[in-house]
This record gives sequence, structure tokens and C-alpha cells, in this order.
Amino acid sequence: MAAAGISMREAFGQALVGLAGSHPEMMVLDADVSASSRTVLFGKQYPDRFFNVGVAEANMIDIAAGMATCGLRPVVNTFALFITLKGADQVRNIVCYNNLPVVLAGTYAGLSDSFDGASHQSVLDVAIMRAMPNMTVVVPADNVEVRQALEAALRRDGPTYIRICRNPTPVLFEDAAPLEIGRIRKLRDGADLTIAVCGIPTYMAIEAAGRLAAAGISVDLLEVSTVKPIDEAALLESVRKTGKVLTVEEHTVVGGLGGAVAEILGRRAPARMDFVGVPDCFAESGPYMELLSKYGISTQEIESRARQLVEGVAA
Amino acid sequence: MRKTKDLAQLQAIARGVRRHIVEMTGAAKSGHPGGSLSAVETLVTLYFDVMNHDPANPRWADRDRFILSKGHAAPVLYAVMAECGYADTPVDQLNTLRKLGSVYQGHPDRRFIPSLEASTGSLGQGLSVAIGMGLAARLDGKAWRTYVVLGDGEIQEGQIWEAAMFGAFHKVDNVVAIVDYNRIQLDGFVKDIMELEPLADKWRAFGWQVVEPDGHDIASLQKAFAEAAATKGKPTVLIAHTIKGKGVSFMENNPKFHGVAPTPAEVEQALKELA
Ligand SMILES: Cc1ncc(C[n+]2csc(CCOP(=O)(O)OP(=O)(O)O)c2C)c(N)n1
Ligand SMILES: [Mg+2]
Repeated sequence: MAAAGISMREAFGQALVGLAGSHPEMMVLDADVSASSRTVLFGKQYPDRFFNVGVAEANMIDIAAGMATCGLRPVVNTFALFITLKGADQVRNIVCYNNLPVVLAGTYAGLSDSFDGASHQSVLDVAIMRAMPNMTVVVPADNVEVRQALEAALRRDGPTYIRICRNPTPVLFEDAAPLEIGRIRKLRDGADLTIAVCGIPTYMAIEAAGRLAAAGISVDLLEVSTVKPIDEAALLESVRKTGKVLTVEEHTVVGGLGGAVAEILGRRAPARMDFVGVPDCFAESGPYMELLSKYGISTQEIESRARQLVEGVAA
Repeated sequence: MRKTKDLAQLQAIARGVRRHIVEMTGAAKSGHPGGSLSAVETLVTLYFDVMNHDPANPRWADRDRFILSKGHAAPVLYAVMAECGYADTPVDQLNTLRKLGSVYQGHPDRRFIPSLEASTGSLGQGLSVAIGMGLAARLDGKAWRTYVVLGDGEIQEGQIWEAAMFGAFHKVDNVVAIVDYNRIQLDGFVKDIMELEPLADKWRAFGWQVVEPDGHDIASLQKAFAEAAATKGKPTVLIAHTIKGKGVSFMENNPKFHGVAPTPAEVEQALKELA
């Protein structure tokens, strides 16, 4: 599937501008990466509603929290890694503890800050954000979903984390029903295996499911754009039918979508599982697609893990 | 390593390092040329004159330590270490910067270059690490010193000022911080984003000895490092006045070249200027 058009971060920057008129209470904050996050687009048009705090992520998040207590709707932007790590205490003990309507937009997520290397790659953000009470975690799969995620987050009463890719990715949901927070999107009906995917690898899972179908393996394909709160009902319905689940995400296999699914199934519907994701290690510099593949995220990897699950071979 | 005092020789090394930076980032088609070029004289003065270190024995216990807290300026560190002759920073591989499998990762990474003292890249942490090293040397009764290079945008991080407070309170006088005061950060000019002035007064108020060398004048840097060495009872910060992109006309003082690599035509032009 070809990645065409603008990057996801550009789409997000444009979405901020697009929603500015209908959301006068929306404020945008950035920590010296507005040229990268593309909030520069908003900042240029709405300088009075834009605050660049400098390289000071923790400060930014709590300033946003203060704004949110007064009826404003701040959207906080920096690299996913720095929101979730430099700002972890601020997110937990102020934003989440007070259940404030702050949108946390984590850009350059996953391995997409590929050339900067391991110090910048964010493959643990979902695990951290997911462990915060009151937090909603949305992982869009394309530019359409990233825009819809922002719109939906601005309607919510509590904090929302939105995960954003640095690069252009295939557009999947132009003509689909809009993303709904908390709802799984069923992309394919099948009986042999459930694949639960979020984010950029969604297009790979679609490709893999097609190849598996040609080989006689039918996949129940679920796009889980909201990792928290996860759509338990849709997940259980699928797994009760297939009995096997492969999770796929651009995230460490520790505590992300795979963890979220396993926590539910372990309690409600134990099933054979396997996990496609980044192994528990630091990655490195290189081209995005090559890195994804080297660190275990590719159509081939999904296909082969799916086969092993269905054929009962231990992974 | 034998110390080079001769200014002309140090300037020639600096010119060579600048050429490396341009070629490396050009070949990588990404990276941070501006903040690498502004720190050239600082690193050349440290590695070729001021610091006690031995490229043939990178784990020598009594070596001075260096931390590039502003890790995105990795190209300058790689080029300087390569010119020093460290075995794990080969000159002939500099142009593999940021390529899959290269030792020259986007930010300094000890997994690939064990001679580095610390992997860095997340801004704001290096001063604390340096102070930890300084305390360790003092506890061991050792004379080695620790040098840490900070960006001016970087010192907007709160942790820097936590470290500054600690360093003065605990009289960690074997640590020298160098602020590469090029007045530009990622999003533009520091004065437009989060002004730092009065910067020298801030450090003084935190209890530091402040020296303000011209960061492109090696003699001025040598003098400043000597003053730091002579300062007892408190740590020293060099506020090195620099120009982002120094040495390449179209990069100088141009925020664009914070994180954008030169095109092949720009590389050619830059190398002409640095001939
Ligand atoms: C904690 C953290 N936040 C954000 C970034 C992204 N970033 C990389 S360089 C940079 C600007 C740094 O400016 P400065 O310290 O002045 O560097 P220099 O001008 O020396 O290149 C930013 C915000 C980062 N690497 N780490
Ligand atoms: Mg700077």
C-alpha cells in the first residue's frame, strides 16, 4: 500500500487550524518543536492562542492543566517520548488526577523519528499513558483518523492522548464511518483468527489478512484505535468466535495494545495469543520502513505469526 | 593525548571538523548542522588541548570526562573524536551518519561507540550527569575533570537549574559547563521563544563562576578553561558566544539549519567556503 500525500503530523497541524474557528476555547501549546509537530501552522494564524514554552515539557503540561481548569481546551504538543516521559508526573498527578480536558498530542511516535535514533523513538508511550487513571488513549491509523481523533477529544471531559506519526502513511478511512472513541472498527470478517491492530501497521494487517485469505485462513480483523478504554464487547465477541488473537502495534510488546488485550482475555476469555511489536530493546537510526521491518513490524511478520498461531506452532 | 597549543594548528583542525560536519549531514540528508558548527572550537579546544585523555586507552581511569548534553550536535563530537584517532570512531565511516547499522547514530550512542561517556539526546540531563561524575572524582580523591556542553535552548529545561543549584551548593568545582550560546533553538531565535537574558546573572545568582569567551576564538576559549581550572570552591560555566552554523555563510545565524541538512549543491558551496 503506498503512502501518498501529506504526513500525519501535517494533517494534525492542519486539523488544529481547521478546528480553530468552531472551537474558540482551544489553545495550542508546544515545547520548541512546532516546526516538527506542525503546530507552527496554528501558531502563525492564531498567535494569541498559541504558546511556545521553549524546551520545557513539564512546564508546558501543567500550564495547559491550569488553562483547562478555567474552561479552556488546551492541546499540548511535543514528541511522544517527551510528553509521556518528561511530562509523566505532570500528566498523572495534575492532568489525570484532576481529570482535566487536556489533549496530549504525541508526535514522532513509534519508530517514525527513525533517523534521530533510539533516544527519540517512542515505543513505550501507550504503555505509560494507558496506566494513568482517567486517561483515554487513541492511536490513529491514518490522516483521516488523526483529524477525527482530535475532534472527538475536544468533545471529551477528561484527558486524551493522541499518538501521531512523523511520516506520510497510506490513507485507509477516507470513505469509512468516522472514528469513534471507545469503538473497535471491524475491517474484515473471519473465523480462524482475530488480528487486533492499531496505528500505522493497520495497513500491513489489512495486506496480511488478504494474503492469509488467499491461503485459506480467514481473519477477523479489528482496528483498535482506542487502546483505552478498549472496546471489550467487540473484542470478546471476536475472540469467542476465533479462539486465537494476534495483536499488532508499533510499540514495545510490553504493556501496549497486546497487554491491554491480554488483560481482558486472561480474565474473560483465555485464548492463544501472540504479539507483533517492537521487542524489549532500544532500536537505532535508519529509514522508517527498514526499521519497522528490522524491529519486527511488517506484513510478512504478521502473516507468518498468524499462520503459526492458526497452525498451533509455538512462536 | 599530546596537547596542541598552537593556534594555527587548532584552527586547521577546526576547519577540517567543519568540513566533516557538512559532508556527514549532507550524506545523511538529515541531522543538525547548525548546532554542530557552532560548537566546533569548543570541542576542538577541549579534545586537542584542554582535556587529559588517551584515544588509545579510552577507559583510562584518570581521563577527563566529556558529555555532549545537546546530543543532536553528534556530528561535531563524532568528527572530533575521529580526528583524535579513537578506534571506535573511524574517519572513513563518518559519512555513514544516520544510516542503518552505522556506529554514527543520530544521537551519541554508547552501544555503538563505547568510548563515549554517555548516550544522550533527551535535552536537559547532561549537567546532572556531569555533576555525578564530578562527585565521583572528588569522592575518589581524583584530579580528573568533567566537561559538559549544553545548548542555550536546552537550558530552558528545569532540570538544568536543579543541577545548577546542586553544583554550587556542593561546590563541585571539578565540573565545567559550556553553554553554546548561539541564540537559536529549534523553532527560531531564543529571544523570540523563551528569552534567557540576563543569562550570566542567572548563573551567578545560582553560585557559579561565569566566564564569557568568544566561542569561535580558540585563544579566548583556552583562557576561559584556564580560569575554570583555577576556580576553586564553585563550578564554572563558560557562556560561549557563538554563531549557529558558523563557517558556512548561508547557514550562519539561520534557524533553518538547526535540523535541516545541506543539499548536494549546498554541500559543494559550503566545502568551497571551508577550503
Ligand atoms: C527533552 C527534549 N525536548 C525536545 C527535544 C527536541 N529538540 C532537539 S534540538 C532542540 C533545540 C535545542 O536548541 P539548542 O539547545 O539551542 O541547541 P543548538 O542551538 O545548540 O543546536 C529541540 C527542542 C529534545 N531532543 N529533547
Ligand atoms: Mg542554540
